[in-house]
Amino acid sequence: MAQVPADLRYTKDHEWARDEGEFIRVGVTAYAVEQLGDVTLIDLPPTGSDLQAQERFGDIESVKTVSELFAPVSGEVVEANTALEESPELVNEGPFEQGWLVLIKPSEPGEYGRLMDARAYEDYLASLEG
Amino acid sequence: MPFAGYQMPVQYEGIIAEHRAVRERVGLFDVSHMGELFLSGPDALGFVDSLVSNAVHAMPVGRALYTVCPNEQGTILDDLIIYRLGEEDVLVICNAGNLQKISTYFGAKAAAAGVPFEDRSPSLSLLALQGPAAAATLRDAGGAQFAELSSFHTLRGELLGVPTIAARTGYTGEDGFEICVPNESAVKIWRALLSAGEAHGIAPVGLGARDTLRLEARLSLYGNDIDETTNPYEAGLAWVVKLDGPSFVGKPALSRIKAEGVRRKLVGIEMRGRGIARHGYPLADEAGEEIGVVTSGCPSPTLKKNIGLGYVPKAMSKVGTPLRVLIRGKAIEAEVVKTPFYKRAK
Repeated sequence: MAQVPADLRYTKDHEWARDEGEFIRVGVTAYAVEQLGDVTLIDLPPTGSDLQAQERFGDIESVKTVSELFAPVSGEVVEANTALEESPELVNEGPFEQGWLVLIKPSEPGEYGRLMDARAYEDYLASLEG
Repeated sequence: MPFAGYQMPVQYEGIIAEHRAVRERVGLFDVSHMGELFLSGPDALGFVDSLVSNAVHAMPVGRALYTVCPNEQGTILDDLIIYRLGEEDVLVICNAGNLQKISTYFGAKAAAAGVPFEDRSPSLSLLALQGPAAAATLRDAGGAQFAELSSFHTLRGELLGVPTIAARTGYTGEDGFEICVPNESAVKIWRALLSAGEAHGIAPVGLGARDTLRLEARLSLYGNDIDETTNPYEAGLAWVVKLDGPSFVGKPALSRIKAEGVRRKLVGIEMRGRGIARHGYPLADEAGEEIGVVTSGCPSPTLKKNIGLGYVPKAMSKVGTPLRVLIRGKAIEAEVVKTPFYKRAK
Protein backbone atom coordinates (compact mmCIF):
# COMPACT_ATOMS: atom_id res chain seq x y z
CA MET A 1 0.00 0.00 0.00
CA ALA A 2 1.12 3.53 -0.79
CA GLN A 3 2.71 5.64 1.92
CA VAL A 4 0.21 7.69 4.02
CA PRO A 5 2.03 10.01 6.49
CA ALA A 6 0.18 10.15 9.81
CA ASP A 7 0.48 13.93 10.30
CA LEU A 8 -1.39 14.97 7.14
CA ARG A 9 -5.04 15.37 6.14
CA TYR A 10 -6.47 14.00 2.90
CA THR A 11 -9.20 14.38 0.26
CA LYS A 12 -11.01 11.73 -1.77
CA ASP A 13 -9.31 13.18 -4.86
CA HIS A 14 -5.94 12.22 -3.36
CA GLU A 15 -4.65 15.63 -2.37
CA TRP A 16 -2.93 16.01 0.98
CA ALA A 17 -2.85 19.07 3.27
CA ARG A 18 -0.38 19.86 6.04
CA ASP A 19 -1.06 22.39 8.82
CA GLU A 20 2.05 24.58 9.06
CA GLY A 21 0.59 27.14 11.44
CA GLU A 22 -0.30 30.23 9.45
CA PHE A 23 -0.34 28.32 6.16
CA ILE A 24 -1.48 25.00 4.77
CA ARG A 25 0.75 23.17 2.33
CA VAL A 26 -0.94 21.07 -0.37
CA GLY A 27 0.21 18.26 -2.66
CA VAL A 28 -0.92 14.99 -4.19
CA THR A 29 -0.52 11.67 -2.41
CA ALA A 30 1.83 8.79 -3.19
CA TYR A 31 -1.24 6.78 -4.20
CA ALA A 32 -2.17 9.43 -6.80
CA VAL A 33 1.38 9.41 -8.14
CA GLU A 34 1.36 5.62 -8.44
CA GLN A 35 -1.85 5.82 -10.43
CA LEU A 36 -0.58 8.61 -12.69
CA GLY A 37 2.86 7.27 -13.49
CA ASP A 38 5.53 9.67 -14.75
CA VAL A 39 4.30 13.23 -14.18
CA THR A 40 5.20 15.48 -17.12
CA LEU A 41 3.36 18.77 -16.63
CA ILE A 42 1.66 20.59 -13.76
CA ASP A 43 -0.53 23.64 -14.16
CA LEU A 44 -0.75 25.63 -10.91
CA PRO A 45 -2.51 28.92 -10.11
CA PRO A 46 -0.38 32.05 -9.69
CA THR A 47 0.40 33.49 -6.28
CA GLY A 48 -2.50 35.58 -5.03
CA SER A 49 -5.20 33.34 -6.56
CA ASP A 50 -8.24 32.64 -4.40
CA LEU A 51 -9.09 28.96 -4.10
CA GLN A 52 -12.41 27.44 -3.09
CA ALA A 53 -12.41 24.13 -1.25
CA GLN A 54 -13.30 21.20 -3.53
CA GLU A 55 -12.97 23.31 -6.66
CA ARG A 56 -10.45 22.73 -9.40
CA PHE A 57 -7.28 24.77 -9.00
CA GLY A 58 -5.03 23.17 -11.60
CA ASP A 59 -4.13 20.11 -13.63
CA ILE A 60 -1.54 17.40 -13.38
CA GLU A 61 -0.54 15.49 -16.52
CA SER A 62 1.37 12.26 -16.87
CA VAL A 63 2.55 10.66 -20.09
CA LYS A 64 -0.83 8.98 -20.50
CA THR A 65 -3.48 11.13 -18.81
CA VAL A 66 -4.64 14.45 -17.40
CA SER A 67 -6.14 14.77 -13.91
CA GLU A 68 -7.68 17.79 -12.24
CA LEU A 69 -6.43 19.11 -8.92
CA PHE A 70 -8.99 20.07 -6.29
CA ALA A 71 -8.35 22.42 -3.39
CA PRO A 72 -8.61 20.73 0.03
CA VAL A 73 -9.27 24.08 1.73
CA SER A 74 -10.32 27.59 0.71
CA GLY A 75 -7.85 30.44 0.82
CA GLU A 76 -5.23 32.46 -1.00
CA VAL A 77 -2.24 30.95 -2.77
CA VAL A 78 0.81 32.51 -1.11
CA GLU A 79 3.29 30.36 -2.99
CA ALA A 80 3.21 27.86 -5.86
CA ASN A 81 6.00 25.32 -6.27
CA THR A 82 7.65 26.83 -9.35
CA ALA A 83 10.39 24.18 -9.32
CA LEU A 84 7.77 21.84 -10.83
CA GLU A 85 7.67 23.87 -14.06
CA GLU A 86 11.16 22.67 -14.94
CA SER A 87 11.11 19.42 -12.97
CA PRO A 88 7.64 17.89 -12.78
CA GLU A 89 9.27 14.57 -11.87
CA LEU A 90 9.78 15.97 -8.34
CA VAL A 91 6.16 14.95 -7.73
CA ASN A 92 7.09 11.33 -8.48
CA GLU A 93 10.26 11.50 -6.44
CA GLY A 94 8.77 13.06 -3.31
CA PRO A 95 5.02 13.72 -3.40
CA PHE A 96 4.99 14.66 0.31
CA GLU A 97 8.24 16.63 0.23
CA GLN A 98 9.86 18.43 -2.72
CA GLY A 99 6.86 17.63 -4.92
CA TRP A 100 4.39 19.81 -2.96
CA LEU A 101 2.10 22.00 -5.11
CA VAL A 102 0.85 25.15 -3.36
CA LEU A 103 0.99 26.94 0.00
CA ILE A 104 -2.39 28.35 1.02
CA LYS A 105 -3.37 31.00 3.56
CA PRO A 106 -6.68 29.47 4.69
CA SER A 107 -9.82 31.62 4.80
CA GLU A 108 -12.16 29.04 6.38
CA PRO A 109 -10.50 27.79 9.59
CA GLY A 110 -12.88 24.83 10.07
CA GLU A 111 -12.20 23.17 6.73
CA TYR A 112 -8.85 21.59 7.55
CA GLY A 113 -10.22 19.68 10.53
CA ARG A 114 -13.02 18.21 8.42
CA LEU A 115 -10.60 16.57 5.97
CA MET A 116 -9.88 12.84 6.33
CA ASP A 117 -7.11 11.92 8.74
CA ALA A 118 -4.50 9.32 7.78
CA ARG A 119 -6.49 6.39 9.15
CA ALA A 120 -9.67 7.43 7.32
CA TYR A 121 -7.68 7.92 4.10
CA GLU A 122 -6.07 4.49 4.47
CA ASP A 123 -9.53 2.94 4.88
CA TYR A 124 -10.66 4.88 1.83
CA LEU A 125 -7.70 3.56 -0.23
CA ALA A 126 -8.45 0.03 0.96
CA SER A 127 -12.05 0.45 -0.22
CA LEU A 128 -10.80 1.56 -3.67
CA GLU A 129 -8.60 -1.48 -4.00
CA GLY A 130 -11.67 -3.65 -3.28
CA MET B 1 2.50 -13.06 -16.54
CA PRO B 2 0.16 -11.04 -18.72
CA PHE B 3 -0.89 -13.93 -20.93
CA ALA B 4 -4.27 -14.87 -19.53
CA GLY B 5 -6.84 -13.33 -21.85
CA TYR B 6 -5.52 -10.02 -23.06
CA GLN B 7 -4.90 -8.28 -19.78
CA MET B 8 -1.93 -6.23 -20.76
CA PRO B 9 -0.03 -3.78 -18.64
CA VAL B 10 0.09 -0.12 -19.62
CA GLN B 11 3.41 -0.01 -17.83
CA TYR B 12 5.85 -2.15 -15.87
CA GLU B 13 8.60 0.07 -14.47
CA GLY B 14 7.27 3.39 -15.80
CA ILE B 15 6.58 4.68 -19.30
CA ILE B 16 9.64 6.95 -19.54
CA ALA B 17 12.09 4.31 -18.26
CA GLU B 18 10.62 1.69 -20.62
CA HIS B 19 10.70 4.12 -23.54
CA ARG B 20 14.36 4.84 -22.86
CA ALA B 21 15.20 1.13 -22.60
CA VAL B 22 13.91 0.61 -26.17
CA ARG B 23 15.71 3.66 -27.59
CA GLU B 24 19.01 2.88 -25.86
CA ARG B 25 19.05 -0.89 -25.28
CA VAL B 26 16.24 -3.38 -25.88
CA GLY B 27 12.64 -3.87 -24.78
CA LEU B 28 10.23 -6.79 -24.94
CA PHE B 29 6.52 -6.29 -25.64
CA ASP B 30 3.63 -8.71 -25.45
CA VAL B 31 1.41 -7.76 -28.39
CA SER B 32 -0.52 -11.02 -28.53
CA HIS B 33 -3.75 -9.07 -28.87
CA MET B 34 -2.95 -8.52 -32.56
CA GLY B 35 -4.62 -10.72 -35.17
CA GLU B 36 -2.95 -13.40 -37.34
CA LEU B 37 -4.79 -14.41 -40.50
CA PHE B 38 -3.33 -17.12 -42.75
CA LEU B 39 -4.09 -17.55 -46.45
CA SER B 40 -2.76 -20.38 -48.55
CA GLY B 41 -2.81 -21.94 -51.98
CA PRO B 42 -1.69 -20.75 -55.41
CA ASP B 43 -4.09 -17.79 -55.32
CA ALA B 44 -3.24 -16.58 -51.78
CA LEU B 45 -0.89 -13.78 -52.78
CA GLY B 46 -3.13 -12.43 -55.55
CA PHE B 47 -6.11 -12.64 -53.24
CA VAL B 48 -4.46 -10.52 -50.53
CA ASP B 49 -3.22 -8.14 -53.23
CA SER B 50 -6.83 -7.56 -54.31
CA LEU B 51 -7.81 -6.35 -50.82
CA VAL B 52 -4.92 -4.01 -49.95
CA SER B 53 -3.34 -0.91 -51.48
CA ASN B 54 0.36 -1.81 -51.50
CA ALA B 55 2.09 -4.00 -54.12
CA VAL B 56 1.67 -7.39 -52.46
CA HIS B 57 1.83 -9.06 -55.90
CA ALA B 58 5.47 -8.00 -56.19
CA MET B 59 6.56 -9.51 -52.85
CA PRO B 60 9.15 -12.29 -53.06
CA VAL B 61 9.03 -15.14 -50.55
CA GLY B 62 10.44 -13.95 -47.22
CA ARG B 63 9.34 -10.33 -47.52
CA ALA B 64 7.16 -8.33 -45.12
CA LEU B 65 5.19 -5.28 -46.26
CA TYR B 66 3.20 -2.53 -44.54
CA THR B 67 -0.08 -1.57 -46.19
CA VAL B 68 -3.53 -0.20 -45.61
CA CYS B 69 -6.70 -2.12 -46.34
CA PRO B 70 -9.08 0.38 -47.94
CA ASN B 71 -12.84 0.10 -48.41
CA GLU B 72 -14.69 1.00 -51.64
CA GLN B 73 -14.67 4.68 -50.60
CA GLY B 74 -10.89 4.67 -50.27
CA THR B 75 -10.91 5.20 -46.52
CA ILE B 76 -9.07 2.87 -44.18
CA LEU B 77 -10.53 -0.37 -42.77
CA ASP B 78 -7.23 -1.24 -41.09
CA ASP B 79 -3.47 -1.03 -41.49
CA LEU B 80 -1.72 -4.37 -41.86
CA ILE B 81 1.62 -6.09 -42.14
CA ILE B 82 1.69 -8.77 -44.83
CA TYR B 83 4.26 -11.59 -44.60
CA ARG B 84 4.93 -13.76 -47.62
CA LEU B 85 5.94 -16.89 -45.73
CA GLY B 86 6.20 -19.24 -48.69
CA GLU B 87 5.27 -19.63 -52.35
CA GLU B 88 1.67 -20.28 -51.34
CA ASP B 89 1.54 -18.99 -47.76
CA VAL B 90 0.66 -15.46 -46.69
CA LEU B 91 0.23 -14.14 -43.16
CA VAL B 92 -1.74 -10.97 -42.49
CA ILE B 93 -1.22 -9.22 -39.14
CA CYS B 94 -4.07 -6.88 -38.22
CA ASN B 95 -4.93 -4.63 -35.29
CA ALA B 96 -6.66 -6.14 -32.27
CA GLY B 97 -9.45 -3.57 -32.38
CA ASN B 98 -10.20 -4.51 -35.99
CA LEU B 99 -9.68 -8.25 -35.72
CA GLN B 100 -13.33 -9.22 -35.87
CA LYS B 101 -14.04 -6.84 -38.75
CA ILE B 102 -11.00 -7.83 -40.80
CA SER B 103 -11.23 -11.55 -40.03
CA THR B 104 -14.88 -11.59 -41.11
CA TYR B 105 -14.12 -9.52 -44.22
CA PHE B 106 -11.12 -11.59 -45.34
CA GLY B 107 -12.91 -14.83 -44.41
CA ALA B 108 -15.99 -14.03 -46.51
CA LYS B 109 -13.95 -12.83 -49.50
CA ALA B 110 -11.65 -15.87 -49.26
CA ALA B 111 -14.58 -18.28 -49.14
CA ALA B 112 -16.06 -16.64 -52.26
CA ALA B 113 -12.70 -16.81 -54.04
CA GLY B 114 -12.00 -20.39 -52.92
CA VAL B 115 -8.81 -19.40 -51.09
CA PRO B 116 -8.04 -21.38 -47.90
CA PHE B 117 -8.26 -18.99 -44.93
CA GLU B 118 -7.57 -19.49 -41.25
CA ASP B 119 -7.77 -16.99 -38.39
CA ARG B 120 -5.23 -18.36 -35.93
CA SER B 121 -5.30 -15.32 -33.61
CA PRO B 122 -6.77 -17.24 -30.66
CA SER B 123 -3.91 -19.79 -30.61
CA LEU B 124 -0.94 -17.54 -31.45
CA SER B 125 1.02 -15.06 -29.36
CA LEU B 126 3.07 -12.19 -30.72
CA LEU B 127 6.11 -10.77 -28.96
CA ALA B 128 8.01 -7.70 -30.12
CA LEU B 129 11.70 -7.41 -29.34
CA GLN B 130 12.77 -3.84 -30.12
CA GLY B 131 15.87 -1.70 -29.72
CA PRO B 132 19.50 -1.44 -30.80
CA ALA B 133 20.35 -4.63 -28.86
CA ALA B 134 17.38 -6.61 -30.22
CA ALA B 135 19.45 -8.61 -32.73
CA ALA B 136 22.13 -9.47 -30.16
CA THR B 137 19.44 -10.53 -27.69
CA LEU B 138 17.71 -12.76 -30.23
CA ARG B 139 21.04 -14.32 -31.20
CA ASP B 140 21.92 -14.98 -27.55
CA ALA B 141 18.50 -16.57 -27.05
CA GLY B 142 19.31 -19.14 -29.73
CA GLY B 143 17.66 -17.36 -32.65
CA ALA B 144 20.73 -16.65 -34.79
CA GLN B 145 18.94 -17.50 -38.05
CA PHE B 146 16.24 -14.92 -37.25
CA ALA B 147 18.74 -12.33 -36.01
CA GLU B 148 20.29 -12.31 -39.50
CA LEU B 149 17.07 -11.28 -41.23
CA SER B 150 17.19 -8.00 -43.17
CA SER B 151 14.72 -5.23 -42.45
CA PHE B 152 11.17 -6.14 -43.52
CA HIS B 153 12.05 -9.76 -44.10
CA THR B 154 10.47 -12.79 -42.47
CA LEU B 155 11.38 -16.41 -41.81
CA ARG B 156 9.67 -19.55 -40.53
CA GLY B 157 11.76 -21.79 -38.32
CA GLU B 158 12.30 -22.89 -34.76
CA LEU B 159 13.32 -20.92 -31.71
CA LEU B 160 14.32 -23.17 -28.78
CA GLY B 161 12.40 -25.99 -30.43
CA VAL B 162 9.25 -23.89 -30.77
CA PRO B 163 7.74 -23.35 -34.26
CA THR B 164 8.27 -19.65 -34.86
CA ILE B 165 7.55 -17.01 -37.46
CA ALA B 166 9.80 -13.99 -36.98
CA ALA B 167 10.16 -10.78 -38.97
CA ARG B 168 12.49 -7.82 -38.73
CA THR B 169 9.66 -5.35 -38.23
CA GLY B 170 8.27 -3.25 -35.42
CA TYR B 171 6.28 -0.29 -34.20
CA THR B 172 8.87 1.75 -32.33
CA GLY B 173 11.20 3.40 -34.85
CA GLU B 174 14.04 1.14 -33.68
CA ASP B 175 15.58 -1.98 -35.14
CA GLY B 176 13.78 -5.06 -33.94
CA PHE B 177 11.75 -8.20 -34.44
CA GLU B 178 8.20 -9.41 -34.15
CA ILE B 179 8.05 -13.04 -33.08
CA CYS B 180 4.96 -15.19 -33.48
CA VAL B 181 4.73 -18.42 -31.45
CA PRO B 182 1.97 -20.78 -30.24
CA ASN B 183 0.32 -19.65 -26.99
CA GLU B 184 1.51 -22.71 -25.07
CA SER B 185 5.14 -21.75 -25.76
CA ALA B 186 4.81 -17.99 -25.37
CA VAL B 187 5.80 -17.84 -21.70
CA LYS B 188 8.87 -19.98 -22.42
CA ILE B 189 9.97 -17.70 -25.27
CA TRP B 190 9.17 -14.55 -23.26
CA ARG B 191 11.36 -15.79 -20.40
CA ALA B 192 14.15 -16.92 -22.72
CA LEU B 193 14.28 -13.50 -24.40
CA LEU B 194 14.22 -11.67 -21.05
CA SER B 195 16.99 -13.92 -19.77
CA ALA B 196 19.15 -13.53 -22.91
CA GLY B 197 18.48 -9.79 -22.85
CA GLU B 198 19.64 -9.35 -19.26
CA ALA B 199 23.23 -8.77 -20.36
CA HIS B 200 21.94 -6.16 -22.82
CA GLY B 201 19.81 -4.28 -20.26
CA ILE B 202 16.44 -5.56 -21.47
CA ALA B 203 13.18 -4.25 -20.00
CA PRO B 204 9.60 -5.51 -20.40
CA VAL B 205 7.61 -2.70 -22.01
CA GLY B 206 3.90 -1.94 -21.73
CA LEU B 207 1.35 -0.31 -23.99
CA GLY B 208 2.07 3.18 -22.64
CA ALA B 209 5.63 3.30 -23.99
CA ARG B 210 4.52 1.49 -27.15
CA ASP B 211 2.38 4.55 -27.86
CA THR B 212 5.08 7.17 -27.12
CA LEU B 213 7.65 5.20 -29.17
CA ARG B 214 5.41 4.84 -32.21
CA LEU B 215 4.34 8.49 -32.08
CA GLU B 216 7.94 9.76 -32.02
CA ALA B 217 8.52 7.64 -35.13
CA ARG B 218 5.23 8.92 -36.65
CA LEU B 219 3.77 5.47 -37.04
CA SER B 220 -0.01 5.65 -37.35
CA LEU B 221 -2.29 4.34 -34.63
CA TYR B 222 -5.54 2.95 -36.00
CA GLY B 223 -8.51 4.52 -34.23
CA ASN B 224 -6.50 7.66 -33.47
CA ASP B 225 -4.74 8.89 -36.62
CA ILE B 226 -6.45 6.73 -39.21
CA ASP B 227 -9.89 5.12 -39.42
CA GLU B 228 -12.84 4.67 -41.76
CA THR B 229 -13.20 8.45 -42.12
CA THR B 230 -9.62 9.06 -43.29
CA ASN B 231 -7.92 8.19 -46.56
CA PRO B 232 -4.25 7.22 -46.94
CA TYR B 233 -3.37 10.35 -48.94
CA GLU B 234 -4.41 12.79 -46.22
CA ALA B 235 -2.86 10.51 -43.55
CA GLY B 236 0.57 10.72 -45.18
CA LEU B 237 0.39 7.10 -46.32
CA ALA B 238 0.51 7.71 -50.09
CA TRP B 239 3.66 5.56 -50.14
CA VAL B 240 1.62 2.43 -49.43
CA VAL B 241 -0.86 3.09 -52.27
CA LYS B 242 0.32 1.62 -55.58
CA LEU B 243 -2.05 2.59 -58.38
CA ASP B 244 0.05 1.22 -61.24
CA GLY B 245 -0.46 -2.48 -60.42
CA PRO B 246 -3.44 -4.86 -60.42
CA SER B 247 -6.82 -3.66 -59.20
CA PHE B 248 -7.80 -3.74 -55.53
CA VAL B 249 -10.81 -2.74 -53.44
CA GLY B 250 -10.89 1.05 -53.21
CA LYS B 251 -8.52 1.65 -56.12
CA PRO B 252 -11.01 3.69 -58.23
CA ALA B 253 -11.85 5.88 -55.20
CA LEU B 254 -8.18 6.36 -54.34
CA SER B 255 -7.34 7.26 -57.96
CA ARG B 256 -10.03 9.93 -57.80
CA ILE B 257 -8.86 11.24 -54.40
CA LYS B 258 -5.30 11.47 -55.72
CA ALA B 259 -6.41 13.29 -58.89
CA GLU B 260 -8.59 15.75 -56.97
CA GLY B 261 -5.99 16.36 -54.27
CA VAL B 262 -6.62 16.18 -50.53
CA ARG B 263 -8.33 18.93 -48.54
CA ARG B 264 -6.58 18.21 -45.24
CA LYS B 265 -3.37 16.61 -44.08
CA LEU B 266 -2.13 14.81 -41.01
CA VAL B 267 0.81 16.86 -39.75
CA GLY B 268 3.31 16.75 -36.93
CA ILE B 269 2.69 19.28 -34.17
CA GLU B 270 5.09 20.56 -31.58
CA MET B 271 3.83 22.57 -28.61
CA ARG B 272 5.44 25.97 -28.23
CA GLY B 273 3.42 26.96 -25.16
CA ARG B 274 3.01 24.94 -21.97
CA GLY B 275 0.59 22.13 -22.63
CA ILE B 276 0.22 18.60 -23.92
CA ALA B 277 -1.92 17.97 -27.01
CA ARG B 278 -4.19 14.93 -26.62
CA HIS B 279 -6.41 12.92 -28.96
CA GLY B 280 -9.57 14.89 -29.75
CA TYR B 281 -8.39 18.37 -28.72
CA PRO B 282 -9.40 21.02 -31.30
CA LEU B 283 -6.77 22.79 -33.41
CA ALA B 284 -7.21 26.47 -34.24
CA ASP B 285 -5.47 29.08 -36.36
CA GLU B 286 -3.84 32.17 -34.86
CA ALA B 287 -7.19 33.98 -34.89
CA GLY B 288 -8.69 31.24 -32.74
CA GLU B 289 -10.83 29.77 -35.53
CA GLU B 290 -11.15 25.98 -35.20
CA ILE B 291 -9.52 24.36 -38.22
CA GLY B 292 -8.76 20.77 -37.26
CA VAL B 293 -8.25 18.20 -34.55
CA VAL B 294 -5.42 16.49 -32.68
CA THR B 295 -5.36 12.74 -33.33
CA SER B 296 -2.43 11.75 -31.08
CA GLY B 297 -0.27 13.57 -28.56
CA CYS B 298 2.12 12.97 -25.72
CA PRO B 299 5.22 14.29 -24.05
CA SER B 300 8.14 12.91 -26.07
CA PRO B 301 10.57 11.20 -23.69
CA THR B 302 13.39 11.32 -26.29
CA LEU B 303 12.98 14.92 -27.45
CA LYS B 304 11.68 16.24 -24.12
CA LYS B 305 9.08 18.23 -26.04
CA ASN B 306 5.33 17.86 -26.27
CA ILE B 307 4.46 16.43 -29.67
CA GLY B 308 1.38 15.33 -31.56
CA LEU B 309 -0.32 14.62 -34.85
CA GLY B 310 -3.43 16.29 -36.18
CA TYR B 311 -5.46 17.00 -39.27
CA VAL B 312 -5.26 20.56 -40.63
CA PRO B 313 -6.41 22.14 -43.93
CA LYS B 314 -3.84 21.60 -46.68
CA ALA B 315 -3.09 25.33 -46.75
CA MET B 316 -1.97 25.14 -43.11
CA SER B 317 0.09 21.96 -43.40
CA LYS B 318 3.43 23.55 -44.22
CA VAL B 319 6.25 23.11 -41.72
CA GLY B 320 6.51 26.23 -39.55
CA THR B 321 2.81 27.13 -39.73
CA PRO B 322 1.70 28.48 -36.35
CA LEU B 323 -1.27 26.71 -34.74
CA ARG B 324 -3.17 26.78 -31.48
CA VAL B 325 -4.21 23.72 -29.53
CA LEU B 326 -7.35 24.32 -27.48
CA ILE B 327 -6.62 22.76 -24.10
CA ARG B 328 -9.39 23.04 -21.54
CA GLY B 329 -10.52 26.39 -22.87
CA LYS B 330 -7.05 27.85 -23.38
CA ALA B 331 -5.44 28.38 -26.80
CA ILE B 332 -1.86 27.14 -26.42
CA GLU B 333 0.73 27.95 -29.09
CA ALA B 334 2.00 25.17 -31.33
CA GLU B 335 3.63 24.76 -34.71
CA VAL B 336 3.60 22.37 -37.65
CA VAL B 337 6.88 20.44 -37.64
CA LYS B 338 8.61 17.86 -39.79
CA THR B 339 8.04 14.18 -39.03
CA PRO B 340 9.19 11.70 -37.94
CA PHE B 341 9.93 13.49 -34.68
CA TYR B 342 12.60 10.88 -34.01
CA LYS B 343 14.72 8.96 -36.49
CA ARG B 344 17.31 6.47 -35.35
CA ALA B 345 20.89 6.83 -36.53
CA LYS B 346 21.68 4.25 -39.21
